Amino acid sequence: MEHSHTEQHEGGGTKEIWKVTIILTVLTIVELVLGFWMMDMPLQSGLRLAVKGAIVILMMVKAFYIVAYFMHLKHEIKNLIMTIVVPLALFIWFIIAFLYDGNSFKNLRNTYDPHYKEQSTIKVEKKKEHKSGEHHSEEHAKPSEEKH
Amino acid sequence: MSSTTTVTPTKMWNGGKSPFNVEYGKLMMWYFLMSDAFTFGAFLISYGTIRFSSNGWPDPNEVFKSFPFAPEGMNAPLVFVSVMTFILIISSVTMVLAVHAGHNMDKKGVVKYMIMTIIGGAMFLGCQAWEWNHLYHEGAWWGSNPFLNHDGTASSTNFTNYFFTITGFHGFHVFSGVIINIIMLIMALTNKFEERGHYLMIEKAGLYWHFVDLVWVFVFTCFYLI
Repeated sequence: MEHSHTEQHEGGGTKEIWKVTIILTVLTIVELVLGFWMMDMPLQSGLRLAVKGAIVILMMVKAFYIVAYFMHLKHEIKNLIMTIVVPLALFIWFIIAFLYDGNSFKNLRNTYDPHYKEQSTIKVEKKKEHKSGEHHSEEHAKPSEEKH
Repeated sequence: MSSTTTVTPTKMWNGGKSPFNVEYGKLMMWYFLMSDAFTFGAFLISYGTIRFSSNGWPDPNEVFKSFPFAPEGMNAPLVFVSVMTFILIISSVTMVLAVHAGHNMDKKGVVKYMIMTIIGGAMFLGCQAWEWNHLYHEGAWWGSNPFLNHDGTASSTNFTNYFFTITGFHGFHVFSGVIINIIMLIMALTNKFEERGHYLMIEKAGLYWHFVDLVWVFVFTCFYLI
């Protein structure tokens, strides 16, 4: 604690600023390369999921560098760092709970609402005016059901 | 017991000293940014929940594939948004340099880097205005989604609703950040900080500006990349 008192507003010289700039630029370029690489992958493949995970990790690393060095939090004293960072740990629970909930809602609907599941598998033609795409598919689907 | 009391003579919370060792305004800026982080977090988690509960979702590389002044039908996914991302990162860097110049009481440096930061923010806002305008003319807006899902099925309006709400909220933060930076520039030019003897206000504006960049890191990843 005494140590951080003496050097609280040092750190953050121009050298550090340029170092962090280069790190952020490189991380962004890596993210973009992963994004381009991901484009041709099949939708449900495990590799695509892994690349998305890697992009999220890179995003967290970028966030760390911005908060720690640009916002100078790393050079503040421990009390302040803890006051800011510990409440944000709630996000860990938020993200897990809500995404799990969304996924569970999808599975429940697909299991118990066959109409919803069928609707979400109907392919629509490309390059339609807004909303007309949905109408067309419904118009085509309904008469054929009635005839059969 | 006696040895621990002699080792910790600081008595951090006994009064008489600043437990956070930052000035009041800066601490309050941190608290505000924390609450703002929860607001953005709530938006993005809500977006994630809806996306996880949907059977299909539009392909961002299909939606965001255009570039200003590009010929019709050009396919350039991720290019324009990477330009926007770099603009914001660079303007964040010039902001740190302005704060750094403020530490050294270098008025000229503060003015120079604040002008660069403001230009960066204005460029970002211009890019976003172009993108919104382009998407609007493709038929995308709140409540209307002309894009199809990745697998060719009809898409709901959730995608456009979340996109315009969250990038709009972020864009409004950028806009207010530019206004704050302009006020800081005027205060620096009129020697307000020289009279006070410190440039701490630049630091507070800088915290806000970096936060805007930080949020863009998340928005960029969640909407354009994955």
